[in-house]
Amino acid sequence: MSDHETAPIVTLTDAARHFGPVRALDGVSLSVAPGDCIGLVGHNGAGKSTLVNLVNGGLAPSSGEIRFPGGASALEAGVRSVFQELSLCPNLTVAENLRISHSALKGPGWRTRARAEISESLNTIFPGHGIDPNAEVDTLSIAQRQMVEIAIGFAPRGTQARLVILDEPTSSLDAGIADQLLAHVKRFCGSGGAVIFISHMLGEVFDVASRIVVLKDGKVVAERITADFTRQGLVDAMGHVTTETATTETARAHGPQVVQTEQGLTARKGEVVGLSGLAGHGQAEALAKLYLSRSSSWRSRKVPDVVFVAGDRPRDGVLPLWSILRNISISILQQGAKRGLVNREAETAIAADWKSRIGIRTDDVTNPILSLSGGNQQKVLFARALASPAQVVIMDDPMRGVDVGTKQDVYAMIRAEAAKGRTFLWYSTETEEVCQCDRVFVFRNHEISAELTGADITEERILQASFEMQEAS
Amino acid sequence: MSALSRPWIWSWLAAAAAFALTLVLTSGRGGGELAYAALSFGAFAAIVGLGQMLVITLGPGNVDLSIPATMTLAATLALKAMSSDPGTAWLGLITALAVGVGTGLANYALIFLLRLPPIIATLAASLVYQSVAIWSNRGLRIKPPEGLADFATGRFLGLPNVAWVGLVLAIVVWVVLERSVWGRWLLATGQNLRVARLAGVPVELVRATTYVSVAVFASLAGYLLASFSGGAALNMGAEYLLMSIAVVVIGGSSIAGGNSNVPGVWGAALFMFLVVSMLNSYGAGAGVRNVLTGAMIIAIVIAASTRRTRA
Repeated sequence: MSDHETAPIVTLTDAARHFGPVRALDGVSLSVAPGDCIGLVGHNGAGKSTLVNLVNGGLAPSSGEIRFPGGASALEAGVRSVFQELSLCPNLTVAENLRISHSALKGPGWRTRARAEISESLNTIFPGHGIDPNAEVDTLSIAQRQMVEIAIGFAPRGTQARLVILDEPTSSLDAGIADQLLAHVKRFCGSGGAVIFISHMLGEVFDVASRIVVLKDGKVVAERITADFTRQGLVDAMGHVTTETATTETARAHGPQVVQTEQGLTARKGEVVGLSGLAGHGQAEALAKLYLSRSSSWRSRKVPDVVFVAGDRPRDGVLPLWSILRNISISILQQGAKRGLVNREAETAIAADWKSRIGIRTDDVTNPILSLSGGNQQKVLFARALASPAQVVIMDDPMRGVDVGTKQDVYAMIRAEAAKGRTFLWYSTETEEVCQCDRVFVFRNHEISAELTGADITEERILQASFEMQEAS
Repeated sequence: MSALSRPWIWSWLAAAAAFALTLVLTSGRGGGELAYAALSFGAFAAIVGLGQMLVITLGPGNVDLSIPATMTLAATLALKAMSSDPGTAWLGLITALAVGVGTGLANYALIFLLRLPPIIATLAASLVYQSVAIWSNRGLRIKPPEGLADFATGRFLGLPNVAWVGLVLAIVVWVVLERSVWGRWLLATGQNLRVARLAGVPVELVRATTYVSVAVFASLAGYLLASFSGGAALNMGAEYLLMSIAVVVIGGSSIAGGNSNVPGVWGAALFMFLVVSMLNSYGAGAGVRNVLTGAMIIAIVIAASTRRTRA
């Protein structure tokens, strides 16, 4: 190998980034060389996204230094990023979205070349993906959009991708697709590329990473080769003392049936019902339809029947111009309202209560919601729903980008609320989460293909029901 | 947050500058009269602007272009109902407001039932309202009852009565937006309709009441303007089409929705009157006046919006 190929792609020396008084990144030194696959882990708000933005040139460091030996800028050095918040233009086709980050595609016939390039990239990473490069992005499911975004990240785009940053790439992908991605990451690093892989799913990090970097409060608290970490050691390094508990729920008696849809989805009072199956097989649509049919565009009841926790935050959940406080209280304004005026004392008290109960990382709930990291925004959406007295809570893949510690807290909260008689409908792309439910409906091609209860809820049974049976028995 | 980071401050600064520049020419004479005239004429722009602001807050694509026709129709029917008889002011007011409720509901019905874009629905509907006004007017020139005309041109504590009406309405709108449940619903709907719906906001109720509110504000403005100027005319609302949108934008409300600004509307309404009288007193011709007015509007909007993104 020549010097050029073994030299690091990016080197950070004591790089820091402050946002006003917030020290998002507090002096980080890191070097990424060809062939590296770095697993970057840490809790929500630990500084992962800020670090990514420094490496890809989106932000300049407040102090310290970033150097790209392979070029003057991150772009020239071949650094690409794939974001957790989807950043495709929904009104353009898949091929046209490639053009946005590939300025060399021009002149007559650029669409043909764009289609060829994106198809090749998709075929390499996700064989059998079934995505039409002429499809407009807003007709794709969230999983397909994520796949397109990943494919654009790895596409040559005139030069060559040398370092690809993947920020929570698998959170909206089902297990089969995620495995294809992990396999591609290994191939890519094996052939001299580099990857920074950010994930809350520690199993994946252990699977692909050659080296793991742990961030906490804007600092690197551990950096070792993967073999030197144990799962528990990694969780401890992140600084959240949680043991992975195998939830052994004793079967409880549930109340009367409170949800019944034409599709056959049912739920009883006090039950936690899971929806599973491959991503994009109609689970999210079924939940949205259920929510819309049980609430009105014309009337608002003081005690709503159902509440909704969104997983696709920009599309379904966050009110971007508002503070954290107003985002929490929007669904409960009628509680305690007098003559149509908002009871602002009660509102403030509820927001403060939920900030501490669910651990929203902010010093003031009147800060804008967009000042929070993705996982903390998700906590706000949980608080919005759980603060409401509604008896049925609908959750559309709500744990995207939420860290391990918070997940455990939220599981406990859901259990406690269910014991008090609330009903949860919970779609998740993570089988581990679905296995905690009392009953599971597996979706396939927009229909329910299996209903599992009790001891039948296993990863194997869910996978079995997710795929077409080969033979009729 | 410093004063300059508030978007509404720019419309007030611009209004003050136009006022000062006019007085420079007259060496300070006539300041009181100029302020009084600005408050009188600005009040009509402010009232329709407050309504338009509510609609624009609903988000991209939401606008009411039937304001001029609603003003004309409300004024025409109210004057007809009163037929210059003394003591019928309340009857006229109720007639005008009923017209507002009617046109608002009709606009929303077109938008909701036929799924027309608001810009098309309200523009098309305004042709109908204008035709009804022509048909019921038939060239008659009915004077407002004397008591009502005296009220519309009168003053209280040194300020024009119409300015008091505009001020009270501004305070009501401010309280509704900042403190009420409905105001929160409106602001949430304007940021993202789908998010608001999924958070339990009755978004169609909010949209319907907003379109009715803007029409009621327009009909009230039409009623007052006809009483102020001694009768209804078919083109009386014409200048308020662009005026209503201009005062919202100059006032610092976000054209993208979800963000509104009550004090800015009043500042912008005063500015729109004062800038014309300033250019008049400097002897600018109609063409120069229009070009300069347009340039100044652009400058203020840029100043207000760049400040906001930095804040």
